[in-house]
Amino acid sequence: MRTIFERGAAEAADGIFPACDVPVKEAAAWLGADLIRSKPPRIPNTSETTVVRHYTRLCKLNYGVDDGIYPLGSCTMKYNPKVNEDTSALPGFADVHPATDERYVQGSLKLLYELTRLLQGVAGLPAVTLQPVAGAHGELTGMFLFRKYFESRGESRRTRVLLPDSAHGTNPASAAVAGFSVTEIASNARGTVDLDALRAQLDDTVAGIMLTVPNTLGIFEEDILEVTRAVHEAGGLCYFDGANLNSFIGRARPGDMGADVFHFNLHKTLSTPHGGGGPGAGAVAVSEPLVDFLPVPRVVKRRDRYALDWDFPESIGSVHSFFGNVLVAIKAYTYLLQLGDEGLRAVSDNAVLNANYLQERLKRTYALPYDRLCKHEFVLSSEGLAKGVTTLDVAKRLIDYGIHPPTVYFPLIVHEALMIEPTETESRETLDRFAEILERIAAEAREHPELLHEAPTRAPVRRLDQTAAARNPVFTFPFEADLV
Amino acid sequence: MRYIPNADADRHAMLRQIGRSSIDELFADIPPSVTDAHRPLDLPPKSELEVFGELSRLAEANTASGRVPLLGGGVYDHYIPRAVHHIASRSEFYTAYTPYQPEISQGTLTVMFEFQTMIAELTGMEIANASMYDGATALAEAVLMAERIRKRGRVAVAANLFSHDRRVVETYAWAAGVELVDVPFTPTGRCDLARIPEDISAFVVQSPNAFGVIEALDGLKACLGDALLIAATYPLALGILEPPGAFGADIVVGEGQCLGLPMGYGGPLLGLFATRKEHLRQLPGRVAGRTMDADGRIGYTMTAQTREQHIRREKATSNICTNAAHCALTATVYLASIGAGGLRQVALLNLEKAHYLATRIAKLKDYSLVFDGPFFNEFVVRPSGGNADAVRERLEAGGFLVESPRAMADLGVPNALRLAVTERRTQAELDRVVDILGGKR
Repeated sequence: MRTIFERGAAEAADGIFPACDVPVKEAAAWLGADLIRSKPPRIPNTSETTVVRHYTRLCKLNYGVDDGIYPLGSCTMKYNPKVNEDTSALPGFADVHPATDERYVQGSLKLLYELTRLLQGVAGLPAVTLQPVAGAHGELTGMFLFRKYFESRGESRRTRVLLPDSAHGTNPASAAVAGFSVTEIASNARGTVDLDALRAQLDDTVAGIMLTVPNTLGIFEEDILEVTRAVHEAGGLCYFDGANLNSFIGRARPGDMGADVFHFNLHKTLSTPHGGGGPGAGAVAVSEPLVDFLPVPRVVKRRDRYALDWDFPESIGSVHSFFGNVLVAIKAYTYLLQLGDEGLRAVSDNAVLNANYLQERLKRTYALPYDRLCKHEFVLSSEGLAKGVTTLDVAKRLIDYGIHPPTVYFPLIVHEALMIEPTETESRETLDRFAEILERIAAEAREHPELLHEAPTRAPVRRLDQTAAARNPVFTFPFEADLV
Repeated sequence: MRYIPNADADRHAMLRQIGRSSIDELFADIPPSVTDAHRPLDLPPKSELEVFGELSRLAEANTASGRVPLLGGGVYDHYIPRAVHHIASRSEFYTAYTPYQPEISQGTLTVMFEFQTMIAELTGMEIANASMYDGATALAEAVLMAERIRKRGRVAVAANLFSHDRRVVETYAWAAGVELVDVPFTPTGRCDLARIPEDISAFVVQSPNAFGVIEALDGLKACLGDALLIAATYPLALGILEPPGAFGADIVVGEGQCLGLPMGYGGPLLGLFATRKEHLRQLPGRVAGRTMDADGRIGYTMTAQTREQHIRREKATSNICTNAAHCALTATVYLASIGAGGLRQVALLNLEKAHYLATRIAKLKDYSLVFDGPFFNEFVVRPSGGNADAVRERLEAGGFLVESPRAMADLGVPNALRLAVTERRTQAELDRVVDILGGKR
């Protein structure tokens, strides 16, 4: 892969900016020579033709939702409606500075206020902040809220957060950044929280529990009400990771299950694109006892005007420069308005149907450690497929068939895990073809395992040497001048 | 609904195949009391045509977009070359996930590698990560990282930080139990280096700072002992300014919105994070590295992941997962489009135009510049007679957008306006500002 540093370099790149229309001095005359850059950054001057061709070539080495099914478990890689991109790019929204006086941004404020109300309805909780900008950022905000809540009650001894062993890595990491220690709770044989193991941990040092509902095995915690009741009775709070909301949106609400904090991933459930790893948006909904602690500013409505309210003295403060990822919120709002109640229910109906349909078919070929009704995703194992064949081999062989692999080696409690989430935006035909290819790969694993070990052979690059990348880290382009 | 391809006939066939009689059966594991309690939003579905109209009307209700902004403070009204938008709109880029499968993500990964290189070059540092959420969270993470390295429980912070950066740092530091100690500023607008306390893990400085003033970083590192120097910077200004890396900074962060992102009412933004190789193990966030494939061809992959949450869980250097990858891609294409030459040109345009306006305002009899330190593209003006609010009203009546004097008052500078001037402002607009201030309009 050639980088931009190996192209052009000294081409004509001028003509974007005009000549200066005010009288000019030398920069050093304004600032003094000491402040002036002594060595220019090595960013090549490249013509527009070269730049456009370089990045067009690079984009073709990628795989996106627009290329085909993207069954990454827990990532909800659903189709990203095009209209969302266009509404959020309207100049009225895009070209607004965050310090603009409220009277000139009534449109954005109204949208944020209305989206907040809709998300409160989806969560079944009384208040929402749009400030967090990613799922893990929402988790962190939730953990800050836990901290502040117990601080306000003089219960700072509550320093432990409980987590099932199937939790996403961001959960323990977020708890730790907020200053909590983490205690893992083992799952039971059915793949859900072991109530006895949970009760054994509940004492007055526990701040609460972080749950993913349904969990990362795609299994709904049938005992969810007992779990949240037990935590509440012990004086703790319940955090719900909303990564898997796609499986019950329009049918059930975290607030009715005992959630005190629930984070949305607008870039999963509400169809905004992942962008190759962000930006996302991680709105957080909270129960009544936590409302006063939400981040500032909050968007409020005063008669028919919308405003930013900073006056919440008990707030945890701010977690983002301004009001969160507003342009992402606009995409989510566009999506919600189109779907309405009917559409939201159709989302979970079809997401869950698609997953169960695939699970039933694929369990004939691949091991299914937890063989039961799933929600929007399920976890297979490549164990026992063929001697010496790993999940990584299966994943890389899928690439040869032009399909993005599922999430692999997660959750950690399943060996050789393949975590599959088809989402509702895939057709039956696509699911059939995906299953057929996985079946073909299983046959290849037995008959021609070398096809899997060597895969991918049809991708832009073959398998990359991860060990060398870690052992000999090269994070920046090695300019020739630095090599001598 | 056209985002859900399956028709009723498909659903029936699928249910039959899995031995279920209805969709409801698939939800039998949710407690009935929970599903019974569900209430709809009272939101009827709408067509794309209707929704696009509704959103267009909301966008038009933002009357700000027809006005001329003199707003800055971390987010600026810069020009974005049109090619940047066209490239960033390629759905192969924006509909991809985090590049967990490098063989079909070489586009994203190569751009990440280019981005890291460009940020390291700009800031004068050895390595950069693949992005943070925004400048404020990047700064907060820098404080946590420095505290992990030096473990003194105390970090000194210049009092002339942007307020939004300061607020986020406070939240993170509170939770981590890190004490923040203020370092005041002098009449130059620069922080008072003589007032940096001892026994700190790090000192946080911003340059240009909340008053637009460029800090004197030369020699600063030497007076910190072994405390780390964290510098927050404005990457576009580094087209002409000596970067913090050249002055020995240990961590350089910044807000990358100026590199080709729309202002977007403050989000999405782009957090920049650069440091030195010796601190790699404490670096938060993702990083792409160069390696070889099985045939010996160069390729890129996410690496150094043993620092990250999906491997290290509660012992990770940060909880960050999703970052601002697409914003980083946009910034990369922006920088590639304008090149080092264009970056210098646009930085000079900002500098010259801001100085033109500041010089003319300073000559008006009722106005003065509050600080006399060197500045880049924004500065603080004080009208005599304590009427900053009224001056702002006059400018707004003239079609400009100006930040409330509260912003400066919050930093201990009452009755003052911060004005920012970018390459987009014309001489005619700046002359009009002067005329309004001078009472000629």
